[in-house]
Amino acid sequence: MKPAPFEYFAPTDISEALDLLARYSDEAKILAGGQSLMPLMNMRLARPHVLVDINRLTALSHISLGTDGALAIGALTRQRAIERASLVQTHYPLLAAVMPALGHFQIRNRGTIGGSIVHADPAAELPAVCLALEAEFVLRSAVGQRTVKAADFFRTYLTTAIEPVEMLVDVRFPPWQAQWRWGFQEICRREGDFALVGAVAVLQLDDDAMCRAARLTMFGVGGTPVRPQRAEDMLSGQRLDARVLDQLAHVVAAELEPDSDIHASAEYRREVGGVVARRAVAMAIENAGRRNER
Amino acid sequence: MDQTYIGAPIRRREDLRLLTGRATFTDDIKLPRMLHAAILRSPHAHARIASIDAAKALALPGVVAVFTFQDIAPSAKPIPLRLYPLPGLEQFLQYPLARDRVRYVGEPVAVVVAESRYLAEDGLDAMDVTYEPLPAVTDVRQSVQGQVIIHAEPGTNLAARYTLALGDIEDAFRQATYTRKEVFKVHRHTGNPLETRGLVASYDAGRGEFTVWGETKVPHFNRAVLASFLDVPESKIHFIEPDVGGGFGIRGEFYPEDFLIPFAAMNLGRPVKWIEDRLEHLKAANHSREVLCEVELAARRDGTLLGMRAHVYGDMGAYIRTHGGLVPSSTAALLTGPYHVPAYECTVSCVMTNKMGLGTYRAPGRYESCFIRERLLDMLATDLEIDPAELRLRNFIQPSEMPYTVGKTRPDGPPTVFDSGDYPSAFRRALEEIDYNELKPLQGKRQHGRYHGIGLGCFVKNTGQGPFEGARVVVSGADEIAVYLGITSLGQGHETTMAQICADTLGLPLDTFTIFHGGTEMMPFGVGTFGSRGAVMAGNAVHLACLKLRDKALAIAGRYLKLDAAQLVFRHGEVYRQGAEDRVLLGLDELVRLAGPASPYNLEEPGLEATAYFKSTQLTYSYGAHVAHVTVDPETGKVEVLRYVVVEDIGRCINPLIVHGQTVGAAVQGIGATILEELVYDDNGQLLSGTFMDYTLPTSTDAPSIDSVILEEAPSPLNPLGVKGAGEGGIVATGAALANAVSHALASLGIQVTELPLSPDRVRSWIRASTAHSS
Amino acid sequence: MSAKQTIRLTVNGRTYEQTVEVRMTLADFLREELNLTGTHLGCEHGICGACTILFDGEAVRSCLLLAVQAHGANLTTVEGLAQGEELHPLQRAFHENHGLQCGFCTPGFLMTAVALLRETPSPTEAQVREAISGNICRCTGYAPIVQAILQARGGG
Repeated sequence: MKPAPFEYFAPTDISEALDLLARYSDEAKILAGGQSLMPLMNMRLARPHVLVDINRLTALSHISLGTDGALAIGALTRQRAIERASLVQTHYPLLAAVMPALGHFQIRNRGTIGGSIVHADPAAELPAVCLALEAEFVLRSAVGQRTVKAADFFRTYLTTAIEPVEMLVDVRFPPWQAQWRWGFQEICRREGDFALVGAVAVLQLDDDAMCRAARLTMFGVGGTPVRPQRAEDMLSGQRLDARVLDQLAHVVAAELEPDSDIHASAEYRREVGGVVARRAVAMAIENAGRRNER
Repeated sequence: MDQTYIGAPIRRREDLRLLTGRATFTDDIKLPRMLHAAILRSPHAHARIASIDAAKALALPGVVAVFTFQDIAPSAKPIPLRLYPLPGLEQFLQYPLARDRVRYVGEPVAVVVAESRYLAEDGLDAMDVTYEPLPAVTDVRQSVQGQVIIHAEPGTNLAARYTLALGDIEDAFRQATYTRKEVFKVHRHTGNPLETRGLVASYDAGRGEFTVWGETKVPHFNRAVLASFLDVPESKIHFIEPDVGGGFGIRGEFYPEDFLIPFAAMNLGRPVKWIEDRLEHLKAANHSREVLCEVELAARRDGTLLGMRAHVYGDMGAYIRTHGGLVPSSTAALLTGPYHVPAYECTVSCVMTNKMGLGTYRAPGRYESCFIRERLLDMLATDLEIDPAELRLRNFIQPSEMPYTVGKTRPDGPPTVFDSGDYPSAFRRALEEIDYNELKPLQGKRQHGRYHGIGLGCFVKNTGQGPFEGARVVVSGADEIAVYLGITSLGQGHETTMAQICADTLGLPLDTFTIFHGGTEMMPFGVGTFGSRGAVMAGNAVHLACLKLRDKALAIAGRYLKLDAAQLVFRHGEVYRQGAEDRVLLGLDELVRLAGPASPYNLEEPGLEATAYFKSTQLTYSYGAHVAHVTVDPETGKVEVLRYVVVEDIGRCINPLIVHGQTVGAAVQGIGATILEELVYDDNGQLLSGTFMDYTLPTSTDAPSIDSVILEEAPSPLNPLGVKGAGEGGIVATGAALANAVSHALASLGIQVTELPLSPDRVRSWIRASTAHSS
Repeated sequence: MSAKQTIRLTVNGRTYEQTVEVRMTLADFLREELNLTGTHLGCEHGICGACTILFDGEAVRSCLLLAVQAHGANLTTVEGLAQGEELHPLQRAFHENHGLQCGFCTPGFLMTAVALLRETPSPTEAQVREAISGNICRCTGYAPIVQAILQARGGG
């Protein structure tokens, strides 16, 4: 399994990289962590004529907290660096907690946040977390820059709003709200695998489990991560007791439209989607801060 | 015989090179001017080949040659059967390249040879093949209906069928006060050694001799096949076994590439290397296990088994592989297991489908039959409200009945006879080990949202397949004894265990011996490494060779010392008079000299060496029990294994470190296979589980702790060492024990497992169906 | 035919300068160009971990890196663990605990374990199992590998 031939560039500054993209457009693919692209290239399922290796663009690797509490992470930042960053652990506990669920540590040593987002596997955790946190993605091309909301970014399987001449440079998370409680649950065949189905819950909860606002993101349920609207509406303004949680599972299951594959049928993903949504919300209520459920 | 080394957990001598990156696996071999091959494989499950155009491929720089069927036609023969040549199977054999039809996704269509593997794969991309797709059949029951015929000449997809009958089955069912009829399905899966297949072939045109690296498992048989294909004497083919990254039955059978690569080397006058990649391995290396079994059990209401009537269908794939009908035959042969089943009738059907061929994977036919039988027993236990353990104890063959003749359960060959064993004892030990009586109250109970289940699985396992193995022991000095084996090593530690046997037989330090194994160059005759036969066959061969060496040494010593050899003792490398151990008469160095070609004292073959063959026509049976404690999350269908116990009696244990290693490894393979793995084809014969992302092998976080107990209560009476084979017992009952555990866990939902794997999706679908049924 | 680039890198303390095809993977480079065949290929799509090496001190899958990406890098492979005839404590521990059978996955596990113990000198059993869950072994069932790593922790 050896890659097909390609032309290789390793630009050392961003404008060089963007010029290459402008020049080669859809003939080119960006090589960041390589943990998704290289398997495809080794299998010759991806055969870009041009490979633009952006690993030397160190300016794209950073984690910074703004004065307003907004978190900005450069697209090339390694997943492992995010996992270990005390800044993230302190200020963005959900993001820190999800990182260990991504594959295995060897993969996270190379895999980048930008790579995972642009690769957009619908069963991946990072795109779902970005959607749950209403992150924004800064895309740059040789002629300009634009910011796309997570909700507008993921189109379908492995397809996003990014143009071939563009590169994701920055991921921006709005400031973490003190009253947010979060939960994260996924069902995988094996630890570290992509999820069969998963849920991220971010709730604004009062002390008596009264839910002011709810964000529920499901992944592994179709071409992109989704936020089931009826389920979110159902949770807002309610005290989240066992009855409501059971109802939530049904509402989520009814709202999902997943596909079947050899690992799980659409019915499985629908039903178990309801279950993980309920468990994620329960976790948020407990505010246990646990890692992913196997 | 000493017992210094045998039974001791000696660390392995193989380890050093493997730990330091200095081992030599096939892909580590580099020869000057070596070329690299890549195989063009069919993307269709069933199609006519309209045309093959290699022009663009040949035009690529670095691509040296392309071979298609036309090029191999003068040499090409169908790959022959090695085992279980049931009548009819010979019409379904595979040529090394597709002729005018392809019959499974992955079937070799052409060989591209280039200066590097990268360039060879570029060559594959440039090959122009026109296919006319045909309908494919992927289900055994559909296949027998015959709408899609895979091989036109025989004109049927039923490649072979036979029926075995023991006792009076009609009478059994007449007498029965309980019967149960079921259909069981075992899923297609395979062993996936971490090293894929590979070969390096070199041809010396001047001498007309071939050297091939990478042949293992059954090199002597494979050499004979290759010799017949190439029409050269076997003496001109040398197989050298390098280090091997696991086999589990998959690696080492004669595949198309075992002809194609030496053929390419011969034609191109340069060595050719071919290393299979993982995607190829998943589609084109032997698959296993896929059987469907319709079965009916007859019993009395007190749980006494009266009879079993079954039909086993083997989903053989598109071509019959070298194993012939082994998988379904072996499923049928031991279906009754360690129990009294007075009447047994079984029809075995080998059915073709447009999938990869079926071969052996660790405990072939035994994993399958154990699942079928042990599930049936638990169903009977549930129906009759008898404790499953008690039911088994009521039906075991007793130690007082050994040797126990089951009867003729194979179409050819001798009747199945269990040589020795105390089945109740091993079973009780397993129950003790898991505290069965303490755990029983948990059966089917829900705690913290999960259902608990404890599942049992008892087995007997055929080991020590004959007919022979040989060993040659050569003394060159006091510290240097070389031992040559005809068997190969795929990771089992033969270099250590065989040395242990030699050391104790001759009473010498372990380090005196160096074990040479593998390939065809060590011994002129060899059968191979499979079916847990290494310790039994080669172990006894080295033992006999050492005894023969001892006798020879004594004969030579007697002549030289002018003493009666019967009054002499040869031990610890020294000769002395019986009763006068303190006075050494001769040492090894002197004996070597006295055994030399010019010596008048040696009337046998020159040299202080001996060759012996251990012959056997009877199998020796290891046996034991597995017990699994699992939880099932009904909301997600996930099965978690909390505890897993394996008890196995192997007669006599040469190296407990190695045996436990085999057992634990086998158990984790089996648990992974039962819960995580499946080779899935769609209706068009496309393999959907074609990468490691979709074929999910167990990792460290999936592997429970395995509690492995080795018993030596029933040595084998069939060989001097009393050993039975030990490589497969850990996997045999994994499907059975886990399926039983899950069935007990979900009993309140009315779920009784009849199919594998126990994937979350499947478990949820059973729960969904039962909930729908009850509401 | 791919274009070529010249790379300079350090492997097991030795510096190399080689011209390579840009599409050659790092694993193939180590095995074919440097003859360091201890690093093995089990899947070439980043799942089995047999190709694990240390890249600037971090455990990575060398089948998912291009050789040209290693320009300027400091690599350690299994051949760099033993000091002459003196085995690394992990190698000794694997041997003593029968942590290998066919040995094909072993170099990958050793390198993963080296990375683990550098970062977490005294891991718990759960941490060890987690850390090695990206490496596949078909022979041992993992228990003796876990034992070996636990034995080697804290200096071994």
